[in-house]
Order: sequence, then C-alpha cells, then structure tokens
Amino acid sequence: MSGEQAQTPQDAETGSGRKEIENGADSVVRALENAGVEHLFGIQGGAIMPVYDALYDSEMRHITMAHEQGAVHAADAYGLVTGDPGVCMATSGPGATNLVTGIADANMDSDPVIALTGQVPTDVVGNDAFQETDTVGITSPITKASTFADDPDSVGTDVGQAFALAKNGRQGPTLVDLPKDVTKGETETDPGDPTLPETYDPPETADSEAVSEAAAALRGAERPVILAGGGVIKAEASDELRSFAKEHEIPVVTTMPGTGAFPEDHELSLEIVGMHGTGYGNMAITVTDCLLAVGTRFDDRLTGGVETFAPDAEIIHIDIDPAEVSKNIEADHALIGDAKAVLDQFADAMVGSPSTESWLEQCAAWKDEYSMDYAAPEDDPVKPQYVVERFDAATDDDTIVTAGVGQHQMWAWQYWTWTQPRTWVTSHGLGAMGYGLPSAIGAKLAAPDQDVVCFDGDGSFLMTCQELSVAVREDLDITVVVLNNEAIGMVCQWQDVFYRERHMASDYPWVPEFDTLAEAFGARGFRIDTDDEVDDVIEDALDYDGPSVVDVHIDPDEKVFPMVPGGGDNGLFALTEDQL
Amino acid sequence: MSRRQEIQREGLEGPPPEERKRPIGRRNSQGIRIDPEVEAEPEPRRTTISAYVENEPGVLARVSGLFHRRQFNIESLTVGPTQNEGYSRITLVVEEPDPGIDQIQKQLEKLIPVIHVRELDQNPVARELVILKVDGDEPDKVQAITEMYDGEALDAGPRTVTVQITGSEEKIDDAIDAFTQFNIREIARTGQAALARGEEETARVEERHT
Repeated sequence: MSGEQAQTPQDAETGSGRKEIENGADSVVRALENAGVEHLFGIQGGAIMPVYDALYDSEMRHITMAHEQGAVHAADAYGLVTGDPGVCMATSGPGATNLVTGIADANMDSDPVIALTGQVPTDVVGNDAFQETDTVGITSPITKASTFADDPDSVGTDVGQAFALAKNGRQGPTLVDLPKDVTKGETETDPGDPTLPETYDPPETADSEAVSEAAAALRGAERPVILAGGGVIKAEASDELRSFAKEHEIPVVTTMPGTGAFPEDHELSLEIVGMHGTGYGNMAITVTDCLLAVGTRFDDRLTGGVETFAPDAEIIHIDIDPAEVSKNIEADHALIGDAKAVLDQFADAMVGSPSTESWLEQCAAWKDEYSMDYAAPEDDPVKPQYVVERFDAATDDDTIVTAGVGQHQMWAWQYWTWTQPRTWVTSHGLGAMGYGLPSAIGAKLAAPDQDVVCFDGDGSFLMTCQELSVAVREDLDITVVVLNNEAIGMVCQWQDVFYRERHMASDYPWVPEFDTLAEAFGARGFRIDTDDEVDDVIEDALDYDGPSVVDVHIDPDEKVFPMVPGGGDNGLFALTEDQL
Repeated sequence: MSRRQEIQREGLEGPPPEERKRPIGRRNSQGIRIDPEVEAEPEPRRTTISAYVENEPGVLARVSGLFHRRQFNIESLTVGPTQNEGYSRITLVVEEPDPGIDQIQKQLEKLIPVIHVRELDQNPVARELVILKVDGDEPDKVQAITEMYDGEALDAGPRTVTVQITGSEEKIDDAIDAFTQFNIREIARTGQAALARGEEETARVEERHT
C-alpha cells in the first residue's frame, strides 16, 4: 500500500476494494494504510473502540499486547528496526497514561513512533469524565507533536501529519488524541499521503563554507576521533561514515544508540564510550584534538562532566537538530543537516587526510592495555559477559539484540561485537526498565528473518514479562536471556560503591523461577547454573521454534566495569572498585 | 566447550587513572573550551525574544512548559493576536547567559506551530503596562504622581484610586516605587510587548504565514 496516491471518495467506492470511508475512524485507518503501515500494537478500550471497529476491515495487522507500555515499546523497536514509524494505540485515561513511559523513551532516543489515543467525546472533555485525562497536556513535553483531533473531516490528515513528523527530520514520537465523537463523526475524507505541516522544514545539507572549514580542521588534526551517534543510523548514513573513516584512517567510537554504525571488528573501531565505555575508547575521546561528532546529543552518560569532556578538542558537530548543537558541548563547527547528506559534503570537502599514523599506534596500544575482560576464576558462578559472548558466537551478524535497563544491558553492550546498524535495540536515554521483551516482539515482527535475542535482567523482566503471552500467541521466535542475579544489580553496584554497601530495596531474593514461568505462559523455559551448560542450552534455545526464556543464574557479585562515575572524567575511568 | 578451555580470563588491566595520559584543556559548565587559568562562567544578560506563532491550541502551554522544563529564566511573557488572522506574537523577556539565549531560540524554533523566532536588539520598541490600586486618602497627590509618569486614573472611589502607567520596564519600576507612599493594594503588570525598531522586521514571515 506504500506510496499509493490520495484517492477521492469516489475512487474508493469504485475500485480499491477497501472499505468505504464513512466516519473519522475510517479516515484514521485510511491515513495509516496510505502511509504503508503494516503492523499496529495496542490494547482495546472504550474511547478507542470506533478506531478498532474500523480496523476490522483493514489488511493491517493489529497485535494486542498485554499492557500499553508493551505496545509502545514494541512500536518503538519496530520503528527503530524498520526506520518507519511504529504505531501504537490505546484508549483514553489509563490506556494513554500507560503509554507515557514508552513515549518518553522514544522522545529521548529520537525513535519514530505514533501513538493514537482514544479520548472521551468533545462535549464532556474538561468535565473529568470516566477515563478522561489530559493526554495532549501530559504528552506535549515528551513528543515532537501532540495533537487533539477535533474534526472528523481532518482527523485523517492529523494522523498522516503525525506519521510524516515522526519519520522526517529528527525522528521522534507523535501523538494524536482521538475523541470518540470525532472518530464516530461522519466524513468521507480520504486523507491522502502523509504530509508535513507547512511550518516544518528540516534542513538537508549544511552550509558549504562551514563544511570546508570543518574539513580543514579535521585535516590538520593530530589525534582525530569520529563519534558516531544514533543519528548516523537514523539517517541511514552508516555506509558513508564507514567509508569516510576508512579512507582517512580515523578511529571511530560510538555512543550507545550509535552502536552498530561502525563495525567493532574493524581495526579503526575503539568501540563504545562513556560511563561504561571501553578504556581505549574513553582514552581516545579524552585526549583527542579534533572530534567529528555525528548525530549525537552529548548525553551526560556519554560526556561525564562537561568540564573534562574532550577538553583539547575542536568539536565538529553534524546534526539535523540545531538545538542539539552547542546545547551541552560547544561546537566549533556547526554543520546542520541530514547526517547522510552532510557526510557526503564532508567527504567531498576533504583535501587530503590527517596524519594519523602515530595516533593509530597509540590507540592500538590502548586497545591492548585496556582490552575488555572480566575475571573468571575456576570456582565462580556463571559470568554474564561469558553468556553474552557465547550467544554472539552462536548467532548471525544480523541478529537483533534487545535489552532492558541495568547491568545486563551494559554487559550486552560491552561484550557483543556490533557490526550492523539497527541491531542494538534498547532504552538508551530514558533508561526504562522493562523495555527488553516488548521491544523483542516489535523487532521480530519488523524483521521476521533475523534472529532476535533479548538480554534482560531479573528486575527488568519482571516489569513486562506478561508480554510473553503475546510472543506465544503470535508464535514469535525470540530468545529471552534473563541474566539473573536476584537483584536490581546496577542499584546494588552503586550502593556498594557510593552507599556503603547498604542494599536498600535492591535485592530480589524472591524472584520466580523464570524457566517455569515461561512454561506457564506456553513458552519454552531453560535454566543455566554452570558454565558447562551454557553452550548446549544456547543451542537448544536458539533451535526452539518459538519464544523461549533462558534463566541464567549469574554471579551476583559481578559488576560492570570500566566505570566513570556520574559527572566524572571519562579519562579517569575506573577498572576496579578500588579506583572509584 | 567451557570458557576455561577456551580462554584465560584475568579481568580488566591497564594503567590506573593517575598514570594515564591527560588532556591539558578544560571546558566550563556550558561545555565551552576555556583557558583553565582564567576560569570564567558567562554572565547572564537580559534580552527580549520575539516569536511569531500559529494560533493553535496549546502553543502557549508548550512555550511556557519549555521554559519551565529547561530551567530558562523568564522575566515576562506576553501574547496577543497580530494583524494576520490565525497568527500571534509572543514576546519574552529572559535573563540568561549567551548559550542559554541561543538555546531558548533553538528550542522555540523546534515547536511545530512556531514560525519565526529572534532576539530583538538591545534597543527594541518595547512597552509594558501596569495597573495600580492604592489607598484613596490623598487623591490629589496620587493624581500628581500619575501625571508625572504620563499615566491615567482609571477608577476613583472613596477608599481607592486605580491608575495605569505605560512605559519601559524601568519607568514602571520607578512608578511603582513612587506609589508605595499611598499603600499599594494591588498591582497587575502585563509584561513587555515589543517590536523591532524602524524598518527592521520583528519576524521574517513568508506570504503564506500572513
């Protein structure tokens, strides 16, 4: 249905075989069809019922989730994996408020998501009607645009506009609030293809003089580093970034959302940076004299304290959102535009390459000195990093990895070897526990031919494990790996270091047996207690055609290192607790 | 194959923090590279920002929400319709260091209904109005002060006199000072409305947005 031209109501009646548009809800559904939407994630409820009724006649597939948070996380992952907005739906009141976490997550990570929420009829809006809440008011600060639809004739256009806004420019979540009388109201309007509002005109290419100046600065650098952010992946600019880095022999580090933009098995890769980045990556980004940052918002988990972030570096910042440039770190060269287009401009503007021979030697030396490793004495319980490595070894390069939030997420990020964009799906900026399983569901539906492995923690998994019922019902071949330390591990780690080991509300000695829990849902359950079981269970779990859960009882004392404390100096990353 | 057969795991190694190569520079809290010897934070300054916006429900809420959420220091905000139907002008007086003023404009520009944003130069045509209600015991003296400030009495009764003063922010501050002798009962101030001076445009607006 993608790319289909707008139809007049007459066309719809005579030819397409699709349902005639009779009301606002039909127009909403047609807007989504016109946009090429194939899947929707949501939950029914009173105020959204007209839209669901209109979906009855649509070819689009609706996935009923167990909780609205699951719906929005699934849509978020779907959007991240496909590049097109993922769609989630919920009713008014609690349905809408349950979406809020996932909308905030999409907003932080610039993920393309559309949320459609039911609303009480307009004549009772403001009267505190049953299941009424000010959805637009609540979501305005955490969306790119949040619209209250007030007319059956334009509600479809509102939805199309929300789609176009979520997808174009800096991607992000949009919401359309749909009062029941508007979706039930009569209209024959086919909204046509999604169109951007007149007032929105994202930049494409950057000012060419600024590009030339930046290229000259990079050319003259002695210790250049490329920092690839999530914007590289969003702009489909990974190929451009790869060839640029390789041609000019400049080492590359990635932010957490940018991971996969550059292959970590390439010698120029210094992998990941920030709070739990590699030692070599953090060394390079601290002493660099010229940082080419592409599609990143210099999050505090990346920079540590801004006072000590790359303090000797001239900063070249490519970003599609001017507000991100010089927000946290001042850019010496601001290149506003689409990352793919600007990287092309940049490549053309480079006259020669910086002399990086000795710098690359230095980086290689750091890579050797600070190589990523974990201690694994003979008698210790299973190390989570080892499980991540073995899953990586047992799966294809295009495997999509999702994760919740916490230690397990950091271990997955650190010990998986990332080589492809759109394969690392997690809650980066918001840090929303519970993201892992629903996002695995969204990712699998978005990319049915790719393996999907979800690394989760016991705490994270307990927040959204009810979505297993959806994975079973939809027969999704996903593997959930619970790195189970019977604790909110990251909190324990901070308590150990910063709160004199006082484990307040962070130990979970009562977690269920996750393998048994999985079986209760109708999924396959596995359990790992020792190293020797790891490879066999991985094979069985991956071979199982359907959702499976592997409950791995890991070493509860294992911590995430290297570590830069919040607001700290990246160059002073700690390798052990003693160094904190 | 267990890991022990495959590889020896020793844990993270490498030079500790105190033995590492260090950068020489430093940034300030705004992320700007500075000379570490003369550490300086940019000083806040007061300025006027004007935004031309579509008259859309929620636009004012988003603008004011933005200032709260990003902790921008706002002195006043006024909004009203323009000669172009469907479009309003929002005038903001803010006090921030330069990076903050820059960021305010960029964040405002991101809002979809916002069509144009700019900082007015240091000397815009700007006016504010105050309505003051004071005790009515000395109406002649109140009248005299009101005239001194080119104001106007709006309401007078046995117990109260209410006057209006229009002018620059400083003039209004001065007037309020002068009226304190009559026991100010209530004050309502509008905040500043402003346009760029002379031929200069307050907002660059394309034909389609008029």
